[in-house]
This record gives sequence, structure tokens and C-alpha cells, in this order.
Amino acid sequence: MFKRIKATETPRVSFSFEGQPIEASTGDTVASALMLSGQTHFRNTPISQSERGPFCMMGVCFECLVEIDGIPNRQACMIPVREGMVVRRQKGAIGVETE
Amino acid sequence: MKACDLAIIGAGPAGMAAATEAANAGLSVIVLDEQPAPGGQIYRAIETVPEERRKILGPDYAHGAGIAQAFRNCGATYIPEATVWNINPDLSIDYSRHGGSAQVSAKHLLIATGAVERPTPLPGWTLPGVTTAGALQILLKAHGGVGDDVVLVGSGPLLYLLAQQMIAAGKPPKAIVETIDRERYIKAARHLPRALAGFGYLRKGLSMMRQIRQAGVPRFSGAHDIRIEGVHRAEAVVFSVGGKAHRIETTSVALHQGVVPNQQATRLLGCDHAWNESQRCFVPKLDVFLESSIENVFVAGDGAGIAGAKSAAMRGRLAALRVAQKLGHSNGADIRALQADLKRDEAVRPFLEALYAPSRDILQPADETIVCRCEEVTAGAIRRAVDLGAPGPNQVKSFLRSGMGPCQGRMCGLAVSAIIAERRKEEPEAIGYYRLRPPLKPLLLSELAQLEPEATRSEPL
Ligand code: FES
Repeated sequence: MFKRIKATETPRVSFSFEGQPIEASTGDTVASALMLSGQTHFRNTPISQSERGPFCMMGVCFECLVEIDGIPNRQACMIPVREGMVVRRQKGAIGVETE
Repeated sequence: MKACDLAIIGAGPAGMAAATEAANAGLSVIVLDEQPAPGGQIYRAIETVPEERRKILGPDYAHGAGIAQAFRNCGATYIPEATVWNINPDLSIDYSRHGGSAQVSAKHLLIATGAVERPTPLPGWTLPGVTTAGALQILLKAHGGVGDDVVLVGSGPLLYLLAQQMIAAGKPPKAIVETIDRERYIKAARHLPRALAGFGYLRKGLSMMRQIRQAGVPRFSGAHDIRIEGVHRAEAVVFSVGGKAHRIETTSVALHQGVVPNQQATRLLGCDHAWNESQRCFVPKLDVFLESSIENVFVAGDGAGIAGAKSAAMRGRLAALRVAQKLGHSNGADIRALQADLKRDEAVRPFLEALYAPSRDILQPADETIVCRCEEVTAGAIRRAVDLGAPGPNQVKSFLRSGMGPCQGRMCGLAVSAIIAERRKEEPEAIGYYRLRPPLKPLLLSELAQLEPEATRSEPL
């Protein structure tokens, strides 16, 4: 379980993940906020539907993909949390083909 | 389209130091970086980190504050939250930002995109709860988060640094499972005399080890047959040491087998790369001023070969001075001194590279192990494709879709090249690497649609 080393004094931000309210700190990314509230399952793979969560936290692996405010394939580790965001797990095919 | 003398991609130590040096020499400089604030991964959140956390992270991290401040004050145009998705041969650069796209054009380009973690394919490495060690360090640096039952697995200085920082944060790792064995110490020892020139690094390393020992963190050396068990998420790490089986329960496994240059930009541009056997990765071919095989394209920082944050800043300055010299803004007087400093700073590397060489388990994963995480392609499938005649990564890619997912091979490229090389009994250099095409990152259609109308490939610089 991940915890903050000290309850930070930064203002709180709240958003939802799969309909559930999540409390975050300003300065959090969607991924850090979810990890720090105990979430591990961010998406299912398009091939085997297996569960995945953040792996690199630096924008490289694309394992943290979620749907944010209706837009799919967003990198949760690169996107700062905003009040009232609606975040859902990424299911199924991913993004623009690259070739 | 904005034009400049020098465009820099990446605002880590190399990018920041280069921008500062170049702007001070009177060059017009544009810095594009993916993060919202300067620092790169090594100095992530350096400008906003609370005092308490800065202490936990230690003086090497805190050193980044001065570099970031100088960068902020240097007069370079800094464009944060910019994702570069294409670099054209005329050195115009397409990037997306806040849902739209734009372009800058440059006379010279410095690629300072740093390192990524070496792929670490192991059974179970795709389970939620398994991350890179770097990911947990980012969680700590940028967000003050730390796990309470983390098991660190692998090899390399970052593992011990992270352990030390977790100890300082009051949450020591549950265990460190090391893939290096005694033999490796003996192999590394012959590099010691040269490494003594980098005595500061050795002393720091020893002090790190002492703190880990004093905190009572269990260490397992020479671990083999490592796998991560779990159904919906990581539940335990299983491994053997000298024939004895171990199982440690945990919800968080951090893997690390060293870092390697991020090749996306240099590969996209078609820069020549060489295989570095000691670092076991591809490194762009550079001259003594860090200019690549493509004229006016420079590479600095760990992207030029792994050497750490201090060297990264020096390399950034060196490349900037060279560009300034080419443009007649500098007589290049400092270049030689910088080259000498770099040599001294890098003296410890052969020792570290020999000691922390990646484990065979991850270099030649078992057939069932997933290598390409995006498309779920196993090592066995890659070997079969090779047996069926695929001579290199690009043919394997069209057979199996490995490297065709959203990460574009960032997480599997090196592993795939190494598996093919071993199967074909050839050198990795002969096997090569994935061919990269734009966009470097998947784009939203809206990001393409909003491209500035005047920005075209044929526009003169
Ligand atoms: S966790 Fe790797 S891209 Fe977000």
C-alpha cells in the first residue's frame, strides 16, 4: 500500500474513478493520485483483457492508459489531476495506429 | 513557426545546462519538454519539493535546484508540457501541447531526452503492482508517496539509492533481491584502479550500503529464476539463491536492471548507433563534441550513453559551447577543460557497468515470458519468428506486432534485439533496432487537426 509520507498541506482536489470519489493533492498526476488511494488496475489489454497498472510513471510504457472526461487513451502518469475529472478504466483497443 | 539557433528536447540536467550555456553565449534557444516543470526525471519536482522531502532525497538531488534556477533565468524560451512527435530532416520539430500541435524550426538540435529503464522481462512483470524502480522513485520525489511492503528486485545503483531514500522516509523496503552474484564482484574488481579516479562515487556507494545494512533490510544476492506471482495483482516474489527457493509476499515489486539511452529521437532522425557491449545497449555515434552522424544534431545527457546527472550537465554545456563556436558566438576556450572534467567524472563507469551488468534471466527470458507488453508477445514467439526466417526486429514486428503498440517498442526494443541476436548467433549491432516513424507518441486526431496552418515541411528555415 502506498501512502504519503506526511499529510501534505497542499489543497485537496477531488475527482472520480469508475464512479468512486478519489481525494488527491494538487501536484498529483491522475496516476499518482490513484496509486496513493490504493488503485492498481487502470486498464485491460486489448489482446487478452489482462489487468494492467502504471509501470514507469514517466510516460514511456503506456500501461497507465485511462479514459478521462470521455476521451480514451490518456496517459494517467502525465496528466495533472483537476477538480471534478471523470476517470474510467481504459478498455479495448488503443489509440491511433502508428504504422 | 518559431525559429531559433538551438532547439533542445528535454529539460533534465543536460537540457537545462545546455540552454543556460547557449543563451549566455547569445544564441536563441527553445527548450521543449514533456513535463510541466524543469528537472527531468532525476531532478523531478525540484522547484516545488517541500523541505522535508528534499532532505529525504539527499544532496545529489538538491543540487538540481541551482541548475533549474540558472535555466529559468537564462532567457531561453521554455515550452513545458510539449510532447515532440516528429522531427523533420530540416530540423523542424512538431510537438503537441494542450490538445493542439505546433512547430519550431532550428539551425541546431540537441537531443537531451535522457534514459529509460532497461526492459526487464520476467514472468509476472505485467501484473499491476509491478513497476520499475524509477517509477517508485518518481512517486516519492514528485508526490511524496512511498509503499510499505516494497520488494526491490534486480541490479544497479538506483536500487540502493531508492532503498536509502525509502529508509530516510521511514519506510524501508521489505527486501532487496539482487541478481548479481559473487563472481560479478571479482569481474568488476579489475576496473577498480581506474574507478578510484571517481572516488567520490565509490564513497557514496559504500555509505549507501552501510545505511541499508544498518536499517536491517534483508538482502538476497545471486537470485535466479525470479518470478512474480499474483492473479489480479502482484502478491509475491519467488526466486532461488544457490538452489534454495524463497518466496516473499508483497503488493509492490520494483524492478531494475539499469538504465539505457532513450533512442526514440535519434532513431527517428536516422542517426548512426553502435552497440556498447559494456553498457549492453545501443548508443548514438558521436564525435568528441557530441555531434551525431547527422550534421547539426547533438546528443547530451544519458541519451549519449549512461554516465549520470553530473556528466549530463557537463555534456549539455559541451554541446552548447560547440554550437556557439560553430555559429561564431564563442571561441571554444572552455571546451577542452570540459572534456577533461567529463573524462574524470566517467572514470567510475566501467566498474559499475561490470558489477551491475544485467542478469541473464532478463536478457534471455524463458519462452513463456511476455517481452512486448503492449501486444503481449512472448520470447518464444520471437524465437519462432527468427527460426521462420525473420532476420531482424522489423520483420519480427510485422510477423508478431511486437513494438507496434502505443509504447512503440520503448519497453521491449532492446530485449527483442538481444533475443534475435542470440538466436541468430550474431552481434546486436548487426541485428539493429526497430525502425521508428512519426508520430513518436500516439496523437489524438484533434492534435493533428490543429496544426498551425503556416507550418509545413517545405518551409525554408
Ligand atoms: S506509467 Fe508508464 S506511461 Fe504512464
